[in-house]
Amino acid sequence: MTFELFVFYVFAAILVFAATMVITRKNPVHSALFLVLAFFTSAGIWLLAEAEFLAIVLVLVYVGAVMVLFLFVVMMLDIDIATMRAGFVKNLPLAILIAVAMLVEIFLVVGSGNFGLDQFAAPSPLPSDYNNTASLGSVLYTEYMYPFEIAAVILLVAIIAAIGLTMRKRPETKYQDPSKQVRVKKGDDRISVLKMDAED
Amino acid sequence: MDLLMSLWEWLGENLVVIQILIKIVIIVAPLMLCVAYFTYAERKIIGYMQVRIGPNRVGPKGWLQPIADAVKLMFKEIIIPSGANKTLFLIAPVLTLGPALAAWAVFPFGDGLVLSNINAGLLYLIALTSVGVYGVIISGWASNSKYSFLGAMRSAAQIVSYEIAMGFALVGVLVAAGSLNLGEIVRAQEGDGGLFNWFWLPLFPLFLIYFISGVAETNRAPFDVAEGESEIVAGFHVEYSGMPFAVFFLGEYANMILVSALTALLFLGGWLSPFNGWPLLGAMFDWVPGIVWLFLKTAFVGFFFLWLRATFPRYRYDQIMRLGWKVFIPITIVWIMVIGLAVVFEMPWWFD
Repeated sequence: MTFELFVFYVFAAILVFAATMVITRKNPVHSALFLVLAFFTSAGIWLLAEAEFLAIVLVLVYVGAVMVLFLFVVMMLDIDIATMRAGFVKNLPLAILIAVAMLVEIFLVVGSGNFGLDQFAAPSPLPSDYNNTASLGSVLYTEYMYPFEIAAVILLVAIIAAIGLTMRKRPETKYQDPSKQVRVKKGDDRISVLKMDAED
Repeated sequence: MDLLMSLWEWLGENLVVIQILIKIVIIVAPLMLCVAYFTYAERKIIGYMQVRIGPNRVGPKGWLQPIADAVKLMFKEIIIPSGANKTLFLIAPVLTLGPALAAWAVFPFGDGLVLSNINAGLLYLIALTSVGVYGVIISGWASNSKYSFLGAMRSAAQIVSYEIAMGFALVGVLVAAGSLNLGEIVRAQEGDGGLFNWFWLPLFPLFLIYFISGVAETNRAPFDVAEGESEIVAGFHVEYSGMPFAVFFLGEYANMILVSALTALLFLGGWLSPFNGWPLLGAMFDWVPGIVWLFLKTAFVGFFFLWLRATFPRYRYDQIMRLGWKVFIPITIVWIMVIGLAVVFEMPWWFD
């Protein structure tokens, strides 16, 4: 067994363990943290596959941003585990059926019949000066230009839609307008002098 | 000496792991010393700014103060709050310090003087600094305290917001240098103009934004709402004592040194001499090793961290968010376009 194979098995074992923990832990915060571990180890496996750009971006996007927001929300929620568990046994047969169906579907697509070493020979190791990031970038901006741009536009629409859906005007909220604050001038803007008769 | 060199080469051929471990120790040990004396520098500098002397009792002129602090913290009791999640409570400080140390793996201290010379160095750095937030979030949640939790929530929102501005500032550097490798980025700043060839001039807005976002990412004043001692006592590490607290402290200062060193590397020419190619001064300072310049630049940027802390009052939370999202991100996007055009049209002096 080569060293790389050993590393792969270690990472794979951690990944399977973390993924199992994600769906079995009672506490959602623990589940989210195990999901972080799962992302991290899959990034390690991608590094072994010489896809360092994707591996680092996986850590950057999913671990560094998405999961932080997940945790943010999950920690704030006051989840009652008893009500969440209610109906578990009742729905179990249906859930198992769906899970088995999905498993079969996944196996049909990525099973050994379609993806084994006899279908795709192992790629020869790339030279050490091979730049995964640069080659990915050049392919993305030449060959796959339109799909890439369409994906970008769809994402932009999704962002705007998300903001549009959650934005609500609250007239009772008090807030400051910084552009008005910086335009304030000495004198009348800051103080107003009132004239009034002297009282006894 | 020859014997040592031959032993080193033998290690490189037969036991690479041992050789790499020795290199890591060579990087981390001085770094820890720097962290210790950075705390001393902070107390002294802020002391003098506030017209007092600062620590001056332990050792000559107080030079042994950081050692005394470290020994004190090591012997203090570790109190684990009842109802705290013990495992996560103890893992959290390590998660703060770990990424701060791991980031140094790709950091070039000189031409070719780097532990791991990887292509995607800059990307690796962004990824690791974004992982650092977990220490804060987990500690806040695992402490089972409202103050900790509030601090963690504030900090998480702040770090996630400023990460974007920071990442965009780094995209500007990457466009200007044409490489993600940190060594290449420094070499792209080399030229006969000395310090006027460095990226701080063409990327000036990004330079400022990177530094300010760095201050916000490390939760330092004036962005220290995560700690906010007058509002939420000490924020996410309020329940920590003894060594776990010390590890948080180490992590914070290691992160500050990292941000300072990266600012020096990406915008201030790294190990390059500021007088490179100048008529008289260039030759005069030729003998200074590059690592000395790097150290001086890092110390210069690090001084700003302390200066800011002594000068500015704490930002209000909504103003922090406004600065990050509505001011910094638009500026970085505009400046990335400017730099893109400058690179495409090979603007003279920097990009020709």
